Amino acid sequence: MSAHLLVAPIIVPLLVGALQLLVGDRRPGLKSALGLTSCVALLVISIALLRMAGDPPGGGALGGVYRIGDWATPFAIVLVADRLSAVMVALTAVLGLATLQFSLRRWARIAPHFHPLFQFMLMGLNGAFLTGDLFNLFVFFEVLLAASYGLAMHGSGPRRVGAGLHYIVINLVASMLFLIGVSLIFGVTGTLNMAALAQQIPKVPENTRNLLHAGAAILGVAFLIKAAMWPLGFWLPRTYDAAAPPVAAMFTIMTKLGIYVLLRLSLLLFGDDAGPSAGFGDQWLMVGGAATLSVGMIGMLAAKDLGQIAGYSLLVSAGTLLGAVGFGDPSVTSGAMFYLVASTLGAAAFFLLAGVIAPDGDDEIDDVLEAYNPNNAPLFAEEDETIVSISAPAAVLSAAFLACTLMVAGLPPFSGFLAKFAMLSPMIDAQSQPPIPGSGVVLFGLIILSSLCALIAMVRAGIQIFWADPDRTFPTVRLYEIVPVLGLLGLCLLLTVAAEGPIGYMRGVADQVHSASIYVSGVLPEPPEARRP
Amino acid sequence: MELVLAAAIGVLSASGIWLILRPRTFQVIIGLTLISYAVNLFIFSTGGLRVGADPVLKAGATDPGRYADPLPQALVLTAIVISFATTALFLVVLLASRGLTGVDHVDGEEDETP
Repeated sequence: MSAHLLVAPIIVPLLVGALQLLVGDRRPGLKSALGLTSCVALLVISIALLRMAGDPPGGGALGGVYRIGDWATPFAIVLVADRLSAVMVALTAVLGLATLQFSLRRWARIAPHFHPLFQFMLMGLNGAFLTGDLFNLFVFFEVLLAASYGLAMHGSGPRRVGAGLHYIVINLVASMLFLIGVSLIFGVTGTLNMAALAQQIPKVPENTRNLLHAGAAILGVAFLIKAAMWPLGFWLPRTYDAAAPPVAAMFTIMTKLGIYVLLRLSLLLFGDDAGPSAGFGDQWLMVGGAATLSVGMIGMLAAKDLGQIAGYSLLVSAGTLLGAVGFGDPSVTSGAMFYLVASTLGAAAFFLLAGVIAPDGDDEIDDVLEAYNPNNAPLFAEEDETIVSISAPAAVLSAAFLACTLMVAGLPPFSGFLAKFAMLSPMIDAQSQPPIPGSGVVLFGLIILSSLCALIAMVRAGIQIFWADPDRTFPTVRLYEIVPVLGLLGLCLLLTVAAEGPIGYMRGVADQVHSASIYVSGVLPEPPEARRP
Repeated sequence: MELVLAAAIGVLSASGIWLILRPRTFQVIIGLTLISYAVNLFIFSTGGLRVGADPVLKAGATDPGRYADPLPQALVLTAIVISFATTALFLVVLLASRGLTGVDHVDGEEDETP
């Protein structure tokens, strides 16, 4: 059983999504139950994976390697669960459970096929985090993107379709760049297995090394579009603002997917063991990260509504992480991993909360529903009467908003503070060697400044929502909607209270990703003979 | 043969890039299709261009050098299927956008300035 644990995060949502398609729209209760079961199962599996990767069975260095179809490496497509992958899969599972719970009663029912698309997206995300093969990564990217196209436009309406149109075109072009990059790398090295690539890259003859670098750069652009680096990230705030709140909350993991691939590939393929190619691209990541941070904080100050502020706060966290990845120092990386988890949870809670505070979609929903609901049967009303709602919406909402502000701005007692501290303190350490001399201090300053901008933007929005208009009536806050928000925020608080465990684990993550030889020797037990001269 | 293939990939991508920068959704989808053709040919060419070489080894094969590299052919099949599916999906979104906004401009509204 445990041998097949690695493939379970891909199989479970695939099967559940297919079942949900068969169940159809007439039995929403069964569909929801299936979806929740899948998310809980994923959470359990990911905790098992975390334990397996943290303490590898059999004394190996990696948590587990799964060869699909049991072909010999490097010919097999492998799934690899090291600590980094396990952390990302666990983060996906937590987000999936919270956003699915949030969307069950209302958002999932405004248009058909929310549940299967959601499961297929989870499948694509888990596959992309676990795979150890470059082309398989492309396939899982497409699975997740195809589902995300549907989810981004879930609920329809001109605004969503307009934003979705741009989102699809940009991602299709990015996929083409992905393919060009992959085929250039394959043409030079003759393999697509990431571990075998890490072995081949130092041995690439000089006359084709530039071709390899061109391929890696084109591939990198595809991931930077996902990670929303300036100037490739203009699509993000608009798409996320237009998408339904639970969808936007789930999408927060997608920028982190871009960051994950960049972190993995830049350290595995162009780490210290890569010979003449070592450190390729680090300077670009550093500069791009700083530029993204700057654009993100200006955008936050200029944004008018909560959805946009949340979108730009994602740009800020993406810029911070890109800069930290470019830094290429294990202690910075361990802090950045902690920040990645904390900021994703915080941003997801923020998107959900924005959906509760400003449900601007209600009028729009009624228009769209005509097509699905010609007799105008009450879809939500009868259920709403049986749903427990919170008696003091203003108090709960403002407390949750305060927590989100502290989280996004990185102030104590929430884990945003601890994460930024863990990342920033090694950055200005005298012993650290950033790819561009002196850039550590610049990045440090920008991150501090971005926290200030986030605080200003959030406080201004909070004053406008909670203080400026004393007659404002808040929408009914339903218990099942506020519980996931409070749960995510509680998790952020828990990461501070019990910080020792997660920070220690993240240090293990950083040590593991910074030594490519662990990954290579874990995936390829014996050195394969060269497949191509 | 290399020259012809390289020229074909170049012309396809150049036309594709020109078309996806145009303001009409139909031009964009044709542009995306052309680019995906170019990319598919490009993937195919990474295995080296060979005439009359099988990709699958026959029983008793002794010299793998006489066979074409099968992996790019498998990759290009996957890429064709995926780009075909996503283009079809985009076509639906294009029609939805046309239906909701009444124009076929990519921004959902016509430019004010002529």
